[in-house]
Amino acid sequence: MIRLEKRPQPSQAFSWATPLLAVLATMFFGGLLFAALGKDPVSSIITIFWEPLFGSNAFYYRPQLLIKGAPLVLIAIGLSLGFKAGIWNIGAEGQYIIGAIFGAAVGLAFYPAQSVFIFPLMILAGALGGWLWAMIPAVLKVKFGTNEILVSLMLVYVAEQFLASMALGVLKNPEGFGFPGSRNLQQYASAHNGELIAGSGMHWGVVAAFIAVIFAYVLLARHRLGFAIRVTGEAPRAAKFSGVNPTRLVLFCMGTSGLLAGLAGMFEVAGPAGQITIDFNVGYGFTAIIVAFLGRLHPIGILLAGGLMALTYIGGDIAQSQLGLPAAAIQVFQGMLLFFLLAFDLFTNYRLRFGHREVA
Amino acid sequence: MDLSSINPVLFVAGFLVAATPLIFAALGELVAEKSGVLNLGVEGMMIIGAICGFATAVETGSPLLGFAAAAVGGAALSLLFAFLTQITLANQVASGLALTLFGLGFSALLGQSYVGVKPPRLAEVNFGPLHDIPVLGPILFSHDIVLYFGFALVVVVWAVLKYTRAGLILRAVGESHDAAHALGFRVVRIRTLAIMFGGACAGLGGAYISLIRVPQWTEGMTAGVGWIALALVVFASWKPWRLLLGAYLFGGITQLQLNLQGAGVAIPVEYLAMSPYIITILVLVVLSADKSAAPASLGRTFHASS
Amino acid sequence: MNPPLLALSGLTKAYPGVVANDDVSLTIAPGEVHALLGENGAGKSTLVKMIYGLVKPDSGVMRMHGTLFSPQEPRAARAEGVGMVFQHFSLFDALSVAENIALGMENAPRLGVLSQKITEVSEAYGLPLSPDRIVGDLSAGERQRVEIIRCLLQDPKLLIMDEPTSVLTPQEVEILFKTLRKLSAEGTAILYISHKLEEIRALCDSATILRLGKVVGHCTPSETSARDMAEMMVGSTLKTPLRADKTPGGVLLELRGLKAKSPSAFGMPLRDISVQVRAGEVLGIGGVAGNGQDELLAALSGETLSAKDMVWFKDQDIGPLGPTARRALGVLTAPEERLGHAAAPDMSLTENAMLTGAVRENLVRGGMLNWPAARRFAEKIIQAFDVRTPGPGNAARSLSGGNLQKFVIGREVLQRPEVLVVNQPTWGVDASAAAAIRQALLDLADNGAAVIVISQDLDELMEISDRFAALNEGRLSEPRPAQGLTVDEIGLMMGGAHGMEVAHV
Repeated sequence: MIRLEKRPQPSQAFSWATPLLAVLATMFFGGLLFAALGKDPVSSIITIFWEPLFGSNAFYYRPQLLIKGAPLVLIAIGLSLGFKAGIWNIGAEGQYIIGAIFGAAVGLAFYPAQSVFIFPLMILAGALGGWLWAMIPAVLKVKFGTNEILVSLMLVYVAEQFLASMALGVLKNPEGFGFPGSRNLQQYASAHNGELIAGSGMHWGVVAAFIAVIFAYVLLARHRLGFAIRVTGEAPRAAKFSGVNPTRLVLFCMGTSGLLAGLAGMFEVAGPAGQITIDFNVGYGFTAIIVAFLGRLHPIGILLAGGLMALTYIGGDIAQSQLGLPAAAIQVFQGMLLFFLLAFDLFTNYRLRFGHREVA
Repeated sequence: MDLSSINPVLFVAGFLVAATPLIFAALGELVAEKSGVLNLGVEGMMIIGAICGFATAVETGSPLLGFAAAAVGGAALSLLFAFLTQITLANQVASGLALTLFGLGFSALLGQSYVGVKPPRLAEVNFGPLHDIPVLGPILFSHDIVLYFGFALVVVVWAVLKYTRAGLILRAVGESHDAAHALGFRVVRIRTLAIMFGGACAGLGGAYISLIRVPQWTEGMTAGVGWIALALVVFASWKPWRLLLGAYLFGGITQLQLNLQGAGVAIPVEYLAMSPYIITILVLVVLSADKSAAPASLGRTFHASS
Repeated sequence: MNPPLLALSGLTKAYPGVVANDDVSLTIAPGEVHALLGENGAGKSTLVKMIYGLVKPDSGVMRMHGTLFSPQEPRAARAEGVGMVFQHFSLFDALSVAENIALGMENAPRLGVLSQKITEVSEAYGLPLSPDRIVGDLSAGERQRVEIIRCLLQDPKLLIMDEPTSVLTPQEVEILFKTLRKLSAEGTAILYISHKLEEIRALCDSATILRLGKVVGHCTPSETSARDMAEMMVGSTLKTPLRADKTPGGVLLELRGLKAKSPSAFGMPLRDISVQVRAGEVLGIGGVAGNGQDELLAALSGETLSAKDMVWFKDQDIGPLGPTARRALGVLTAPEERLGHAAAPDMSLTENAMLTGAVRENLVRGGMLNWPAARRFAEKIIQAFDVRTPGPGNAARSLSGGNLQKFVIGREVLQRPEVLVVNQPTWGVDASAAAAIRQALLDLADNGAAVIVISQDLDELMEISDRFAALNEGRLSEPRPAQGLTVDEIGLMMGGAHGMEVAHV
């Protein structure tokens, strides 16, 4: 007879071991999945996890790690603040899109003028766009008690339609021969979020992601507001009793996550993506949810998890081209990771007891 | 623009069809939430139902077998959620999101070879002379059996919740799992069954999209219907009849914007396509004031400590 | 002699780190009212949970009418004629009385028939109750009636009552006792759990006394003095608090017609509360649970904000100020619920010290938190209040109830409050910790603070209050000097028997 027993206090060891266990379990069951698809499981796993870092073409893939990881980390850091406090912004994908549209629109408005002020203005606009889009569910929640999960998610679909209308309408490249999509910002120096060190993949978004990690770390560990976030998540009544204002906390967490998602979108459109297109968004806003949980809602953890998730994206692309592994398989792989993480998380707060004997 | 191209009879008949996936998905979620479980994985279970139903119908040639497979597929996926939330006591919000992310990916994987395939058609129920009644005939008596089944299921769920002991126990578990446990009810078992019912219903709803409403398979084709279904449960204050009303309202809006697109209204297509989501938000805002009908234990984790 | 109705022999149940029941044996005859006496944590609840099938014993046997009895679940226990009225009611707020009762029955009749039966039984036993009312709207006494009637409808042979009087006014207790005596006369055995000695002496035929999970004695309550029973129960003599005689100073806290809606759906609104509390004074506020205690504490802590001119501290209107601003002024509070309200269960004691100590203990500067200082503050609390824990790094939930309560009260007391409001300061706390907490509150008052103690324990209130008032339906009675108040007077202040005027047995 197996029983669950609550630990007197959360296990630190398991809190860190859980993500590793989840990764291992995902590799195993992912391997089974790949085998079921008729691929060699071992070489698939190696292709996904080894090739991008140490394979023969690693010089090409390693910078990609930063390019793919930066938006994930940037968004996940923002989400983690809310998640810690029990505030569920799951519409980061929408905020990412709006941030990109705002940023690109400001840049394109100046086209073809050249000035050092254009790029900073775009950054502000991108942040503002994401922030505004996130404030919709936030304000509705504090004013009317509307569920922020549903509203923020609905706004993803609205943002996607808005993106399509922008790509086909106002922001369409007038010299684009009728093709949908905006001008390419990579060819507009003042608005281009280019590589800071050639060949490194390092762009301003990566810098922003690292700053966000440090900012979040200090906030959570040392600042009053971070403490308020943690207490609210652990015990909402105790937080209110201690003097936390729940309304302000909702506005702060939602706003910050929207702002960071908007920044991520802006850096993406001005850099790696280059232009506003109908299919500009590739799901970073949703994958970032996995990253946030995989990183245990801890800034350093998120940094590592963002790298890992970027790895599966890149590895997945390689596996797709080299082994013919379907793109969806990687999506399943990432979903699995979250499943195993949630399941293993049990051991942080509980231990298993077999019969009446002690196990530990 | 030519509004006269919208045939009111076809429009009404169309929105009954558009509402049916919502009815299934929202009804299943309503039962799960009544037992105190918030499953945000509706979208994922729907899309799994959509592909399971589609594939089975194509392979066997029987749409009804397809629907059965969809229900099984949805329930199977929901069992994962039940395992996470009831056995390993994971956070329900996170688990629901995981279910949706996983479901979207897994369905895409399963559906690779079905893109562009035409599914077998499910015949209309033969109502004989009723079908020939002007106006009412095409609106009410020209649909497939599953649509009527959806309507009947609402009635059944309503009656079970209101009049039977099983319904009473379900509500009690959702109201206070600790009290229910103290009385000796198997909270985990009851909730798992409710979750599975929710999964089966979501699966049926998904298959209704892929087999009847569209009918074909494309990745991510549920396009947020699962999330609208979640909003619908709030809209309905956890009451089956109001859920039916809400589903018809949303079905109507969806159908209307499609018809307006077809009629070439001056509003850009993208803004029409946004409208169901925006209206969902507006409805949520209006109805969020009244939370009293929500089951008191909704979303809380249960662990029998003694 | 016939075999007893229920015989327990050698029951043992261990949880990690604690043996809840150690070799417990007792017998109950049909119609006997048997008291199970012991302090909080003595193992009373675990024992009855085993009889009711909620917990399985590690070893030992139970026999009913001489045959082996080992219920796997409450349903089986109920089938054998065991009924239980819980200490924390197992009721569903949003459902009606009849639906609640139906849930606790094996073969519940249709609701119409059941409602009829409920009315019959409630009249027969003097427990008036309308079957159609929503349970969330009932008073604590009425809710208890729902549970009792639920048990009675199944013709129990043994009725277990877990601390039934803690939620009743003295008048309601009398009515309950009449009902129980009538049941006993009809042959129903009653296992009555309590730590209130006078009640047991008034009601019970025999008593088993538990201490730390072990049976430490049996006695016949009517022939044993309360003092003797108390000694068996506690095992040591207690330090009673010392009340220094002092004239109170100026008014520190004043409520002027305080009105507040309850934040929860089935809560009690505060209605027109006016009272003054002076420096050096302890105001005791009694009342049956659910009459506005939580709401009053929230209105004083600042969790619920009040309109202008309702809450005054010295000559400042603090009604519109939140908890942090009130703390800065010196108005501190300690709510009833330790885990999740007064303290965050999964957070360390250091973090919990930061929770309310940040402002007054200067643990925060420019928004940045000073953790070493918070740790020192936590250590100070642990030392000054004898909190048993390995250290301030341990999670709040790892502490026992009494130790956590000492920490929570100590955290506020050590911040030198000018006004301290505590709700149920010693609930579920062992006797020695309770005495320490009461003494700390008295010392605080002696040093010039105004102290409000909200409690459901009348003995405690009589022991430490200078003045006493009662909450009833969200209204506060006129405070009266505690000295010389009789139980009858207190009962009337608490609202007498809620809706029991028509009761007749």
